[in-house]
Amino acid sequence: MSDQSSTAPQSRLAKALDSDFVYSFRRSPVAVVSFIVVMLLVLSAVFAPLIAPHDPFDPGSLDLMNGFTAPMAPNDFTGDVFWLGTDDQGRDVFSTILYGMRVSLFVGLAAVSFAMVLGITLGLVAGYVGGWVETLIMRAADVQLTFPSILVAMLIFGIAKGVIPIQHHDQMAIWVLIIAIGLSDWVQFARVVRGATLVEKDKEYVQAARMMGRGRGIIMLRHILPNVLSPVLVIATISLALAIIAEATLSFLGVGAPPTQPSLGTLIRIGQDFLFSGEWWIILFPSATLLALALSVNLLGDWLRDALNPRLQ
Amino acid sequence: MTETLLDIEDLSVHFPTRRKLFVAVNKANLAVEPGEIHGLVGESGAGKSTIGAAVMGLLERPGHIAEGTVSFKGEHINGRDADGMRALRGAKISMIFQDPLTSLNPLLTVGQQLVETIQFHLKLSDADSKKRAIELLDRVGIPMPDERINQYPHQFSGGMRQRVVIALALCSEPDVIIADEPTTALDVSIQAQILELIKELARERQTGVVLITHDMGVIADTTDKVTVMYQGEVVESGTTEQVLGAPAHEYTKSLIAAVPRPTLKVHRFPQLSYGGRQIAFHIDDLARNWDRPEPTKSGTLLKVDGLTKTFLQSGSFIPSRRKYFTAVDKVSFDIREGEVFGIVGESGSGKSTVARMIATLYQTNGGKIFFDEDEITQLKTAKDLESYRRQIQMIFQDPFSSLNPRMRVDEIVAEPVKHHKLLEGDAIQHRVDELLERVGLGSEAGRKYPHEFSGGQRQRISIARALATQPRFLICDEPTSALDVSIQAQILNILKDLQEHLGLTMLFISHDLPVVRQMCDRVGVMRQGQMVEVADTETLFASPKEAYTRELLSLMPKLEGLSTEGLEDEIV
Repeated sequence: MSDQSSTAPQSRLAKALDSDFVYSFRRSPVAVVSFIVVMLLVLSAVFAPLIAPHDPFDPGSLDLMNGFTAPMAPNDFTGDVFWLGTDDQGRDVFSTILYGMRVSLFVGLAAVSFAMVLGITLGLVAGYVGGWVETLIMRAADVQLTFPSILVAMLIFGIAKGVIPIQHHDQMAIWVLIIAIGLSDWVQFARVVRGATLVEKDKEYVQAARMMGRGRGIIMLRHILPNVLSPVLVIATISLALAIIAEATLSFLGVGAPPTQPSLGTLIRIGQDFLFSGEWWIILFPSATLLALALSVNLLGDWLRDALNPRLQ
Repeated sequence: MTETLLDIEDLSVHFPTRRKLFVAVNKANLAVEPGEIHGLVGESGAGKSTIGAAVMGLLERPGHIAEGTVSFKGEHINGRDADGMRALRGAKISMIFQDPLTSLNPLLTVGQQLVETIQFHLKLSDADSKKRAIELLDRVGIPMPDERINQYPHQFSGGMRQRVVIALALCSEPDVIIADEPTTALDVSIQAQILELIKELARERQTGVVLITHDMGVIADTTDKVTVMYQGEVVESGTTEQVLGAPAHEYTKSLIAAVPRPTLKVHRFPQLSYGGRQIAFHIDDLARNWDRPEPTKSGTLLKVDGLTKTFLQSGSFIPSRRKYFTAVDKVSFDIREGEVFGIVGESGSGKSTVARMIATLYQTNGGKIFFDEDEITQLKTAKDLESYRRQIQMIFQDPFSSLNPRMRVDEIVAEPVKHHKLLEGDAIQHRVDELLERVGLGSEAGRKYPHEFSGGQRQRISIARALATQPRFLICDEPTSALDVSIQAQILNILKDLQEHLGLTMLFISHDLPVVRQMCDRVGVMRQGQMVEVADTETLFASPKEAYTRELLSLMPKLEGLSTEGLEDEIV
């Protein structure tokens, strides 16, 4: 490095780059590789319209003659070449993956954010207020945990389908998906935040604030919340991987993202139809992308847990 | 001339970290003869525990012995591999740790743990091992050892548990025992018994003991020789009498001068600084801008009458089945304006609970609190309590948990000012800067976070926060028990300044009688939730009325052999 000899006062960025956190990141090859993979996938999803060679949702650009083209092989009729082949309707698999990842990532991030806000709020209130409020919230969480989360998500999905008029189904599907996954995921946030809150609320700085006469809300928001957030960050990362998988599972079962707005799970379901007729690429590439995305987010979460755990340092 | 049991020569322990090499111990020398208790004393970070760990081969990575030798009966042991160390550790050299709660396995009975250790080291049969375990428990003073051997650690009290830990250390009939702060977690009465036991063992079995401690009282009462450490270096070593009575090194002198004496009261602790750690406290500047309130008519600022607090022990839906524990039982006292009133007692005596009720942190279950003739216990809403809460402030025990780690120091100090709406706009920042300046930290300290400060500095931040509302009454709940003795002296001096120059009234909670003697005008002694005796400090120390007070006072280390150098001008 060239800048190590400089004696000038460190800027904020330089300070951050020199921190133990960044140091532990650079020392972990797993973290570096998974970070690169995640960034690559996220960036290509965000910039899908610029990167994708075709727009899979523009019927005008589709040619049914291009259907079932194998990867890297010219089509028998049109002579077009597709990197990862095409599906039955002649859609470029590479482009659909890029667009599908946008849906998957959006649903995952939104669902985790929803679960996080709900879980942190309920956990904080349960831990700090205690008494019957705590009993009520935590029993609800226990009951929730006795149902498999996919089942809860399907239940919510089913109810939403009954309530929302049929012409809005496709538009609303993504939002219902987010709420369904988020609602099945808040419990672990609530449990961790409640545990951390119970530890923090007996500390003397909270007593100092109570003695001052600070209200419950201010103590929870200003004093306790900032001190319980680091375990939340770890769970959020791991939950993100789980939420992406949950979304894929729901879409695969046909209760998730509609075919007009396919996510990775929808693509895998479509590909499944052709698995035994020799068109392996239609299912393989979306599945591999899902695997890479979920695995690297998970590994990043594992590293984060170790890096933020003072006992392992 | 007997053979030296443990001989440490030029021992250096290094901890290489990412940024620099941390030298925890630098060329330390120490020798222990049979039957000798050798004290190793120093403040936190002095490297005394690191020496213990180095001898045992228990240094945590990346720490390692960089140079020097550790010899046991003339044989070098620091070059041994893991198996070699294991044969020695526990068998020839045993260790007693500070916390009796964590050094026993909670899932095994005391007997199982003893028998396993005895069988491992002495290769005895089951019956013989058990017999020996009972003997050992009897030896360390556990009553009815043949019954208690089948009990689990949680069925023993803290002191009894530490006795079991000592019995465990004795299983292998070791030649050397390293005791790392063995009594720090215990009450004084139990501390005295444990130290007596260690003395007896050293005398009878000719065991060499290394006693690691920060407590001069323990050193003075227990050890034959003492080694003083400061920042990884041995600064002085010799017989206890000589080192404590006529210290040669400047650091030892400053350390001894900072020890609160039970037998004489000082006006201020002397400002013998060593290593440039003295920080100023500008009481005159603070006093100039201090708005003194109208004095009370009666002269009594706080009056507590029949105060009671019960905690729910086991809950039930049926009210008659609920069990309660009475933590504070009809306690009454009053505090005159401008005085320091002390409450002493052992852990569990309810002294902190009293402080918390006065601080409005706990609801009372009975009794009344009057502040300047207003009945506080009648006020229910936050609005009614506002004025009272502005006039009382509290300084907490643990400087590491009393400041919010995610808030900047200036936000911490400004919070009470903002909450009580005492100032607005730039005036708030101005008040905060001024307070930080007065407590000796400088206004630039406000831009930092609590973790960037040491324990003593954090306690100054706590004091700045407490002074921000210009209170009349200060509650100090063990304000120095987590601090090193030289830092304790600084903080106690500050508190004395606050009382004298600002006319603050204080409630001073402590378990440490010598500190109470230095600080308080009057003292109340609490035991199991009840107030046993209230008297003027000098009267109480000179002629205690109650048997319990006499017992407490008799357990206090006398520290008569300590040098009074530097204290001459301050003795009251």
